[in-house]
Amino acid sequence: MTPAATAALEAFLVARAESGQVAWPVYEEAARRFSLSFHTIEMVVLSRGLFPLRYQRQQELLGAAGQLRLLQTRAALVGCGGLGGAIFEMLVRLGIGHIVVIDPDRFTESNLNRQLLASLENLGHLKVEAAGERARQLNPVVEVVPLAERFQSLSAASHLAGCELVFDGLDSVADRLELSQFCRREGLYMVHGAVSGWYGQGALLSPDAGELERFYPGAAVMSESISEGNDSANLVMTVNAIAALQVAGALRFLLQDSKESLPGGFFLDLSGPELEAWS
Amino acid sequence: MSKITVKLFAGFREGRFHRRELELAAPAKVSGLLRELEIPIAEVGVLLVNGRHVEPDYCLKESDTCSIFPKVGGG
Repeated sequence: MTPAATAALEAFLVARAESGQVAWPVYEEAARRFSLSFHTIEMVVLSRGLFPLRYQRQQELLGAAGQLRLLQTRAALVGCGGLGGAIFEMLVRLGIGHIVVIDPDRFTESNLNRQLLASLENLGHLKVEAAGERARQLNPVVEVVPLAERFQSLSAASHLAGCELVFDGLDSVADRLELSQFCRREGLYMVHGAVSGWYGQGALLSPDAGELERFYPGAAVMSESISEGNDSANLVMTVNAIAALQVAGALRFLLQDSKESLPGGFFLDLSGPELEAWS
Repeated sequence: MSKITVKLFAGFREGRFHRRELELAAPAKVSGLLRELEIPIAEVGVLLVNGRHVEPDYCLKESDTCSIFPKVGGG
């Protein structure tokens, strides 16, 4: 945007802000009048020191600088099922600006017990399309790139490389290890998470030191017949709890000044409940 | 002999224990401990000694705490 255009938009927003907050109808009017994306408008809102009314309840906790950091974040979500659907909902509501969602699957009936985006109405529909639709309903500022393919595809890989955070919503150990290797090669942080019944685990893995293989020491001797992925028993509470811990860890990482002392990992057992975390 | 503390999690506790002090013949590798507890390596996920990730061939020392978690792969 030219300085003049920015100044015009700023004046428009300041005039319509109430107590420093900008309500959604103002975004819609600004989009029409200035032919700008909601994403761009929100950048100007936050840079100008105003605050989106939608995020009022997190203003005290994040501040304009923190909220702008989230808007500038390019994240990828690999897998849009149980973990993925819950993670996606949270990232959109938080205001993460750009989310690449990668999942080749369509919803099936057995998804309904835990996958937030699944409903009786969208069985047979692509999961990534449901994600795009959900974002439009909740927070159109968030740019969603839906990729109905496996993350190993060339186009998915090139989108992933442009992201700083990659959220693990996969359902197989083999896929996760492959994703971890990719993230380390490309210098990306991987937000690992996995669930099984009443318990789950997760960790924020840095590209230089975060080897997911440490979480699966038996992987080398794993037989193909072990049902460790999409047939496993899963409960909606565990899915949501682990997804929340993944997003919380990512949020702490985005808001902190230094990238040192990343936590090592966590294991949550909801049958206790019991949380074990290590550095 | 090395006296170590073993912490088991989730399903590994069934028929075993939550937390116990064990005396192991030195040198005691984590893989040996797993065999003694009859925990198949293919079922093991996170392995920690004193809060740090270790490989199964790690040699346990006196007063180490070893935490053994089941493998978790769903999503």
